[in-house]
Amino acid sequence: MEFGSINPVLLLASLMVAATPIMLAAIGELVVERSGVLNLGVEGMMIVGSVLGFMAATGTESAWLGFVVAALGGAGLALLFGVLTQFFLSNQVATGLALTLFGLGLASLMGQGYLGVKAPSFPDWHIPLLGDIPVLGPIVFQHDPMVYVGLLIVGGVWWFLNKTRGGLILRAVGENHEAAHGLGYSVRRVRMLAIMFGGACAGLGGAYLSLVRVPTYAEGLTAGAGWIALAIVVFASWKPGRLLLGAYLFGGVTVLQLNLQAAGVAIPVEYLSMSPYIATILVLVIMSAGGAPGSLGKTFHASR
Amino acid sequence: MIALEKRPQPSRGWTLASPVVAVLLTMIAGAALFAALGQDPVQALVKIFYEPLFGEFNFFYLPQLLIKGAPLVAIALGLAIGFRAGIWNIGAEGQYIIGALCGAGVALALYPSEARWLVFPAMLLAGAFGGFAWAMIPGLLRVRFGTNEILVSLMLVYVAEQLLASMALGLMRNPEGQGFPGSRNMARMDAATSWIDQSNGMHWGVVIALIGVIFAYILFARHILGFQIKLAGQAPRAAAFSGVSPARLVLFCLGTSGALAGLAGLTEVAGPSGIVSIDFNVGYGFTAIIVAFLGRLHPVGILLAGTLMALTYIGGDVAQSSLGLPGAAIQVFQGMLLFFLLAVDVMTNYRIRWRERGAV
Repeated sequence: MEFGSINPVLLLASLMVAATPIMLAAIGELVVERSGVLNLGVEGMMIVGSVLGFMAATGTESAWLGFVVAALGGAGLALLFGVLTQFFLSNQVATGLALTLFGLGLASLMGQGYLGVKAPSFPDWHIPLLGDIPVLGPIVFQHDPMVYVGLLIVGGVWWFLNKTRGGLILRAVGENHEAAHGLGYSVRRVRMLAIMFGGACAGLGGAYLSLVRVPTYAEGLTAGAGWIALAIVVFASWKPGRLLLGAYLFGGVTVLQLNLQAAGVAIPVEYLSMSPYIATILVLVIMSAGGAPGSLGKTFHASR
Repeated sequence: MIALEKRPQPSRGWTLASPVVAVLLTMIAGAALFAALGQDPVQALVKIFYEPLFGEFNFFYLPQLLIKGAPLVAIALGLAIGFRAGIWNIGAEGQYIIGALCGAGVALALYPSEARWLVFPAMLLAGAFGGFAWAMIPGLLRVRFGTNEILVSLMLVYVAEQLLASMALGLMRNPEGQGFPGSRNMARMDAATSWIDQSNGMHWGVVIALIGVIFAYILFARHILGFQIKLAGQAPRAAAFSGVSPARLVLFCLGTSGALAGLAGLTEVAGPSGIVSIDFNVGYGFTAIIVAFLGRLHPVGILLAGTLMALTYIGGDVAQSSLGLPGAAIQVFQGMLLFFLLAVDVMTNYRIRWRERGAV
């Protein structure tokens, strides 16, 4: 075996990058699910975000603008989901699947002229002082800015859900929408905002894949990342702190199998490529204990 | 101000009308999409919906309707059984692949046997079993550990795709194929082909889909199990009190849909596709989700919806070759169809009331 050729510092550093797109998508979905809505369209919003972000970034030569456009695009698709589930009272599972199928088609339609095009560069930050710490510096403090934006969003969501009044209302709507409605909160408005936030985060995650992680455009480049993000929300028991752990765990598996492929280990490539998905299933099996918001996935209709 | 009022019973009229309204709305939105892509919208719609059925070359396209419709109908029937009970198998694509691999494995292992009475039935069994076993993974995990079957069945699609790649490039590769990826052509083996009449598009998958429609109809209309499935979907508590075992129901629904998807995969790989190649699967397992909903989860509806969806595939090909309409446009079109269907469906369960603002 050639484990010697794998550098542990580089491995851990690329783990943080590999975890970022899924962390972004998952934290958005976590907020959506805490408000009591199950949006299975994460994969669709991610892939549309990846294309829109890529188009905007190559058009303007600015990766930052790409991320903004991707977030807006993701939120736009999420709005469609929100209108259907909250105003047309459609089944959330079916609508989420529709969003994914539609998003995959839309993305491959829009991305046709961009196949194989390279993304504009998005340089890493070398954070002064912190980045110079031996070992820890290269692992944690020498990444592109979006890695830290992702961490900031996770921290912000934790603070919002646990420390603010708005977070309390959002959780109340998710736990028991009848009671929240009875108290005079607008279930629909809270949920629409949560759904749009989730879409924006999924769009960012998708754009991170096409602009930083890959960084060229290819057809179907999310390859199930949106679904893995959904699984990580379950793994995290709907808690932002545990979500961080889940995303890094998943990032670790992905990076390790890529490194093993590169190192030429005597396991066929296909079986190594399977491993992230199998790891996700294992994680779901271990972590399928409860903790889901009480009203998750149920349609809310105020009869009076 | 518009308000929705829940109907005491779902409206029968709207149940039947909403797919038709959704298709019409999709055509309008699709026309706008095609216009945005720089096509003449009317011409594009004619190419998609009229040309394959009544055009000059319809003798070529009509058999395609059977070839593309059969797997969609077979898979959607299985999915509908689960969807009615609130059991969401969305990994049919994976079950389709594994069914094809198992069936093809039998055919290739017995090559060059000429005993059709042995080879083909064994392939059918292996195909059904492969799909069944692959669907049992999410089924057993849900029953035993309470794992979410949506996510597990979907993850297994990616695993199945990797297995397929490994098989097509390795174990099942044609030893006389000059190094090209892909297996021997089973459609050309008399003992293994699933073709019945290739020039008319007739193959065993079509037969299986039609038998499936009949069985599903009997299951829902006449059999106690069909009633229990509906009950479990609409009133899980009532179902539990009346003695329906949720675990058995989960395994039955997933197993049946897996077996049907496996059979669809096998008949495709031993007929229209012929060889096990990296990309012989074209996403029927996902499109079948749209078919199941468009067909109102009803066997006859699914037969009609599957035919319509097959038509959009064929029409999409026609429009692609004659007008240069991108293939992905049809995928968008199919996705829109499901959106419109879900939106229009609000009329089935709710009534629209105009209400004065402020009045209670």
